[in-house]
Parts: sequence; structure tokens; C-alpha cells
Amino acid sequence: MATTQRPDTEREREQELSNSRLLRDETQFATAKIAWFQYLTVAIFLILLTGFWDLQVANYESSVDRAERNRIRSIPLLAPRGKILDRDGRIIVDNHSTFKVILTRENLNPEHIKPIAEGLNLDPEDLQARLRKFATRPKYEPMVIKSELTPGELAFVYSHQDAKTFPELELIHSQSRLYPKEGLAAHAIGYVGEVSENELNSAEFAKYSQGDIVGKAGLEKQYNELLIGVDGQRRVVVDNLGRERELLENKEATPGKNLQLTLDLDLQTVAELAMEGRRGAVVALDPRNGEVLAMVSRPAFDPNMFQGRIRAADWKEINSNPFTPLFNRALQSQLAPGSTFKPIVALAALESGIVDENFAVNCPGGATFYGHFHKCHLFTKGGHGAGVSLHRAITGSCDVYFYNVGDRIGIDRIADMATTAGIGRKTGIDLPHEAEGTMPSTKWKLRTQREKWYAGETISVSIGQGAVTVSPLQLASAIGGISIGGAWYRPHMVKEATKMDPVRKAQFNPVNLEKVIYGMYGVVNEGGTGTSARLPNVEVCGKTGTAQRASNDLIKAMKAGGLKPGEELKDNAWFVGFAPRENPEIVIVALFEAGEHGNFAAPIVRDVLKSYFDKKARLQAPAQLHSAAGLLSMPGAEPPTPIAKKKIIQYATSTLD
Amino acid sequence: MAHYRSIRDFDWPMLVITLSICALGVLQIFSATHDTKWHNAWWKQLLWLALAIGLMWVITSIDYHTLLGQVPILYSGGVIMLLVTVVIGATVFGGKRWIPIFGFKLQISEFLKPILVLVIARFLAELKGEALEGRDLLKLGGLVGLPVLLVMFQPDLGTALTYIPIAISGAVIAGIRWRHLLVMGLLAALVIPAGWYVLKDYQRARLVTFLDPGRDPKGQGYQVIQSKIAVGSGGMWGRGVTHGTQTQLQFLPVPHTDFIVSAFAEEHGFVGVVVMLGLFFLLLMQIVQNAQTAPDRAGMYICMGVATLLLFHLLVNVGMAVGRMPVTGIPLPLMSSGGSNLLSVFLMLGLVNNVRLRRFVN
Repeated sequence: MATTQRPDTEREREQELSNSRLLRDETQFATAKIAWFQYLTVAIFLILLTGFWDLQVANYESSVDRAERNRIRSIPLLAPRGKILDRDGRIIVDNHSTFKVILTRENLNPEHIKPIAEGLNLDPEDLQARLRKFATRPKYEPMVIKSELTPGELAFVYSHQDAKTFPELELIHSQSRLYPKEGLAAHAIGYVGEVSENELNSAEFAKYSQGDIVGKAGLEKQYNELLIGVDGQRRVVVDNLGRERELLENKEATPGKNLQLTLDLDLQTVAELAMEGRRGAVVALDPRNGEVLAMVSRPAFDPNMFQGRIRAADWKEINSNPFTPLFNRALQSQLAPGSTFKPIVALAALESGIVDENFAVNCPGGATFYGHFHKCHLFTKGGHGAGVSLHRAITGSCDVYFYNVGDRIGIDRIADMATTAGIGRKTGIDLPHEAEGTMPSTKWKLRTQREKWYAGETISVSIGQGAVTVSPLQLASAIGGISIGGAWYRPHMVKEATKMDPVRKAQFNPVNLEKVIYGMYGVVNEGGTGTSARLPNVEVCGKTGTAQRASNDLIKAMKAGGLKPGEELKDNAWFVGFAPRENPEIVIVALFEAGEHGNFAAPIVRDVLKSYFDKKARLQAPAQLHSAAGLLSMPGAEPPTPIAKKKIIQYATSTLD
Repeated sequence: MAHYRSIRDFDWPMLVITLSICALGVLQIFSATHDTKWHNAWWKQLLWLALAIGLMWVITSIDYHTLLGQVPILYSGGVIMLLVTVVIGATVFGGKRWIPIFGFKLQISEFLKPILVLVIARFLAELKGEALEGRDLLKLGGLVGLPVLLVMFQPDLGTALTYIPIAISGAVIAGIRWRHLLVMGLLAALVIPAGWYVLKDYQRARLVTFLDPGRDPKGQGYQVIQSKIAVGSGGMWGRGVTHGTQTQLQFLPVPHTDFIVSAFAEEHGFVGVVVMLGLFFLLLMQIVQNAQTAPDRAGMYICMGVATLLLFHLLVNVGMAVGRMPVTGIPLPLMSSGGSNLLSVFLMLGLVNNVRLRRFVN
């Protein structure tokens, strides 16, 4: 450089100064090491560049995906389930507002699990286990960890969900089911619950995701699709503190459709109260169209208990109850109908022509068939006496008469009639898990046991014992169909928009039909076995049934052995009744388990019938509706049944306590 | 006072590269903070930059031999200031790493960097022998170790660690014996596990996080994960200035200081990163070239010390952004928002220029 050659004394002086202090030195020795440094630099830059390449080019998609999930938050807007209404539009099942808390697992800090569980009154172990179970699902799928938050838990979430404490917590507003208290119509309505892992794996529930509430039993299950509605969602852009910055999408939820039932809340309430403290079932149908007016099964359960996650202790208790409260006796129990089966046998006999109304037997309290002695239920009182013909046989429920009739017409004529009436086949009601029952016949025996039918077996079947089993619903449908002259409609819980055709029809000789119905009239009104079902001003027809659960021999043997037959072995009391005698509008079956005699089931039917006709009378006299005095003075209307007046349906006012 | 040889002798390419990097930095600071409470950080950075260029001018104009002559004063002054920071900082300012001087919050540990570059250069240049003897190595270790310890107790492990590579690279160039290198390696192997017990909880957490960032997403690992997401979502071309979602929605922590490179990568993409790293590479090579043409050993050591320090900063800071280095909280030279580091780097670049201007003296 030219400048360096420019003489400059001052600079030379300075140079000498420097040179005296520092050695005149060479830097050649460092050349190789400086080259190493350059290689090192290149290597480091390559490492850094590959880092960027890896993230920005090779894994671009997943990074963008994660960035989007970072900033976009989807908040589910839960659709409320449809309400369930009775036939008059009164609400049976309603919704109430609750909060659920969601755990977003993407930014879950494992150390937070314990304090969160404690704050929400959850078992930390249980929460851990659920998280592990949930680990296979995508991380962005939120997990509902608690529903039905109490005010205390709600306050806990509000005060801890900030970015610094537990940012993984998120509240969502939801609608919870509010069922009537004390299990009113609990079995028919069923309950909802969180969709289970097993259900999620099945095709039917594939479209749901964890935490979704679906129908688990009864109508809630049957009409889940209709009731459930479509959830909406709100998609927003959030910053790192979870503050909303921009709204991307707001899709409102579509509420589920309301379900109007055929149930009549008044009848249902009366039937519930009539069964109070008893085991068994009540089914009331309109035989003219199959509408179910009341359906009770006892013991019952509280459907509110199943909201969200049921407590383990509650579940254990309900499952270990020997009387199986979850079991819907109205359509799932299969029991011998006992004498309630006799009208069917009687009709089969008359229609066959083999036996006419003048056929009579002598009942000394029992009779021997095929070398086996069969008792009549009046065995200890010396029987029904001589000359027992059809009418007396039905009103007095004479077993000996029906043994003889059955023996004459044979099993297959009985089976034909019973099967026509719907015994041994599902009614097709719109509820899950209906039982089929059994109607034995020669074919049935060949098919199921590969054995010939013995004529002696017909004897028991003639009085509704032996292999024949029915559910209360089946019996109601069968007798109801006969009561209207031979037409069976599919029983249903949900109001149909159009009138349905009967599932089956039969042409009976009206004279024969009238004789059987007259017999059933006699049971209630002419000093028969079911007089406690009698109502003033309404011609009630019915039939009692006292069905054995254990054979007489077994009970005798137990007594001889010093054992008392327990509750389980006591006879079941049945009553099937319909009214009015001309053009019946309602048929009711009451099953009173271990009720010992059919006459004890009759008052249950009477109470429900009475409330039906009282209500009808009230509606036909609207002018007097609002006056209690008018109600009392109404022709044919007695004061309401005391229990029905005393109690009203109680709803759980709130589960937030 | 020395005179300039010529305005043309000034390392103009280096200045252009440096200012280009600074421009990218200011742009990124603006983009990352325009919507936050630090929204005026970009023009503060410009003010610091003006001050830094002035300081570089001053430091360039003083012959580095003169500066080397003042090393004892500079070194003891620096150590005293560090002590003051440790003592006053802990008692008066609640464990802060800076002390206020003329109203500026200055981080003394940053200014130790150019001082240590000079200290090490003079120490190594004055060695008589062919290779570095054990005795010399111990002296060197002591000279560097004292400020390292003082800064570690501030506590600022990241900055303290940046001093060590200057000494190591100097020692390697000066001709360290292989067995000494081996002994040092063994010592490090012993000290690192022992150091685990000395580390503060957050420092341990940072190390653990580096080894397994998924373990604690909202803690230390959160920063690394968010940084990687930010970098990755930039893709090839980037999301554009002020359009990086990770940066703008503040998922990315401190996007204008320690994680500025992640914010830059999100908004400018791989192409932007290549340009930025390319500039840094050119800067380093320019400094190395100045080392190769240095008039004497001291000048060469100065240049190599500066180059090593910058390379270490790049490796640690950029490596952290892509998850290849632990989170140490050291800034990206010339780009990160913050005055002390900017001044310190410009002082060092001034030293390099200083060496260059005197390359034909001898």
C-alpha cells in the first residue's frame, strides 16, 4: 500500500516502541491451525443448516400442523339432548346447565395431575389410569375428566386455569339430563352416560368421541340418534396465554329433537305409587293402537346417578342388589302367567268346537291325569264343587276345569291361540332388550329338546304353568288384542304420526269371544277372584293369576326339612284387566312378585284404571275442571285415589350441591 | 494515537456484512415486537447500533498494541466491575446481571469478552517457547477462570461459558501439548458430574430439557418445542414479516432476544436462514482472513479469539433454536435485541479492524 511507504516519523517512533515491547514475530506457525478452525466453522454451519433443513423442509408438514394446533383452539358447543315429554306434552326428562372440565393433553404437565385430581375431588390414581388408557388417541383430542362440576370444583377451575398454574384445564358448558326423582318410569326412559371405550370401537358408535354422552338404556338408547343433536364448535385463534385473538368459525349446536311419548304422566304416577314398596311391574296399553300408557318396574333406580361417570360404590351397590333394580321387569322378566293364561285357553277351546259353554266338570279340589294328581287352587277348601262350566271356571279360576279342557283340545290348539295372541314372540316394542317368553308346543319341544310332547305336560300349561312364560308387556298385549276382538298392535312408547295397522288379526266367533269376556267380567264383578279390581260406573274385566315359582313337591319337601320357603319361592301375583267391557280402551297388567295371590295384584290395576277413567271424565267436563267441588260431584268420578292426590312427581331440583 | 493508514484500508466488506446482519436483526426485532410492550425495541436497537459503530471507530483508531499495553488495567478494571456487579447486583438490584452506568443498564460480563480477547492474545503472544508448557496453561486457566467464576455466580452460566472457548482456541493455536489436552478432557469429565450438584435447579432443568424436551412441555422444554415448531412452520420460504403465527401469538418465548433466530426462521423460511447463516459465515471467514494476514502473533490471536467467540455464540444460540443445543440464554450476536452484547461485539470487530489496519506495519 502506498500509505505504508509514506515516511512518517511519528509512526516510526511508535513502531519502535511497539517492537521493543513485543517480539518481532511470525504467524506462519498458526496457518495449519487456522485452517482447522475454518473446517470446524464449515462443519458447525453444516450441522446448523441440517437442523433447519430437518425442521423446515423435511418435517414442514408436521411443524405446520403443530403450529396450527398451537394457535387454533376448538371449543365444542355441546348440543342439548331432546327433552322427553309425556303424551300431553308435559316434560318428563329435562336438561339443566352444568360445566364439564376438559384436560388438553398436548400441554399436560405430568406433575399437575395430582393437584388437579385433588382439586376436582377425583382419585389421582384413577385419573392416571384413564390418561394411560387414553394415550392411544390423538393428543389434540380433549379428554373430559369431570362432568357435573360442583360450585366448589367450578371455583377451583376458574382460579387455576390461567397460563401459569394449570393451563391444561378448560371448562365447557354443557346440558345435563334431569330425570324425575325416585326412578319414575326409569326403566322405560333409561339413562345416558359417557360413551365407553368398548362402544367407541363398535361401528354403531364410531362417529362419537370420548366424553360424548349417549343413551345407555331404555328410550334414551333406542332413540339416541333422534335425541342426541349435533354438537357445534367454535374455532378461535389464541395466543400463548389462551387469549382469544380471532374468531375463525362459530357453528352453533343443533339441539336434539324432543321425544313425545305415549306415556301418560298421571297414569304413570299412579302406577308408580301403587307399586311403592313392591317388586314387580305394571304395563298399561291402549289395545286399540298399542300405545303404552304406563310402564313401571320395581325396584327402580335413580337415572340421575349415571350422569357422567357413576361412582364405583353406587355401581357396586346397584349391581349387587339381589332384586336387580336395572332389570326392566315389564318387558324383560319371563315368568309363568298362571291363571291369567286361562282366558286364552278358554277361547282356544271354544273356537276349536271340541268344548262348548255347557261343558262342565266336577271339581273336588284336584284331579288325576296320566297317573299324576294335579291340585286345584281350592284344594284345601274342597274344590269348586260340581257342575263347573266355562263362566264359573273363569270367575272362580277353576284349575280342574282347565285341566280337562286342555287335555281335550291338546297343546297345539292352545299354542296356536296363544301364539296368535303374541305369547312366545316379541311384541316389537321400541325398547331394547325385550324378552321373547316361551309358548310350548309339540313342535317347540321337538325343536328345543328333540323329544315328543307328552299329553301329561298339557295339563300344567292349561293353567299357565309348566314351560309357558310371558313378560307383563306380552300378557297385556295378548289380552288387549283379544279384548278388542282379535287385533294386535305393536306396543310403542313414542307417539306415531299416523295410525298403524295391527301386526296380526284373528277372526273369532263373536259369541265365543263374548263368553270369555263375560267370564272376565265375572272375575271382577260377580264375586270372582278379582273383586278388588272393581270400579263403580266402569265395567272392568280381568283375570287373576297366582303363579307358582316352585313346585308343590319342593315346598312340601322344604317344609318337611324344617326350611321355610323364602321370598324367592313365594307365588307371584298377576292381574290382567281391561275396561270398559264394551269397546275396551285400556288394558293393564300388574305383576306383584311374591304377592302370593292374584287378588293382591288386582288393586294395582284398579288404581290405574280409576285414574284413567277419572281423567277421562275430567276432560269431558272441562267446565267443572277448576273446581274441587265440581270434581267431586262429577258423575262417575270419585275423589282421586288418596296416594295420587298426596304425591306429585318430584324432580331432582339440582345436582349441584 | 495512531493515524489511519487510509480510509480504504478499513475492512469495508466486514462492515457491510456486519451491518447487513444488524439490519436483519432490527427488522426481526420490529416484526416480533410491534404488537407487544417491547414495540419500541427496534429503534432502541438502532440507537445502540449507532453508538456501537461510533465505539468501533474509536477502538479501531487506537493501535491495538497500545491496548495490549493497557491489558493489566483493563483486566483488573473488568474483574472489579464484575465483583461490583456480583455484590451490588445481588444486594441492590436483586440478582440482576447488569449495573446502571450513565442511565444505561450495562451487562459487565459482555464487556469482559473484548478484554479477555486482549488478555489472552497478549499472554500467548509473549510466550517464549515453541509449545505451551503446563505452567503457562495454569496461568492462562487462572486468568480466564477468575471472570468465569465471577460471572457464574451472577448467576449467568451461559455467558461464563463463552469465555472458555477463547482460551481453548488460543491454547490450541499456541501449541498445547496433547497430554495436557487429554488431562483437560479428563478433568472436564470429572468436573461435569460434580458440577451437576453445583448447578442451580433451573440450570439442571435446562440440561435435562435439552436431553428430553418432551418431558416437561410447559417448563424449559416448552421453549425448545415452541422454537422448533416456529422454525419448522417457516418452511422453505417463510410466512413473511409479521406473519409468523408462533412469533406473533407469542408462543415463541423471547422472540426478539434469545430466540430471535427462531422468529427469523419462521418468517423468512429456510431460504432466509441460508442467507443469514451465509452472512455470518462470510463474517467469520473475513475475520479469519484478517487473522491470517495479521502483522504479528498478538494480532492473530485477537482475530482468532473474536472468531472463536462468535462461532461459539452461533453454535449455542442457533443450535438451541433447532433443538441441537441446550437452552443457555446467550444472545445471537448482532441480531438479538440488547445493547451490551451489541456494543461488545462491535468492540471486538473494532479490534479485528484494528489488526487489519496495521497489517503492513512490519
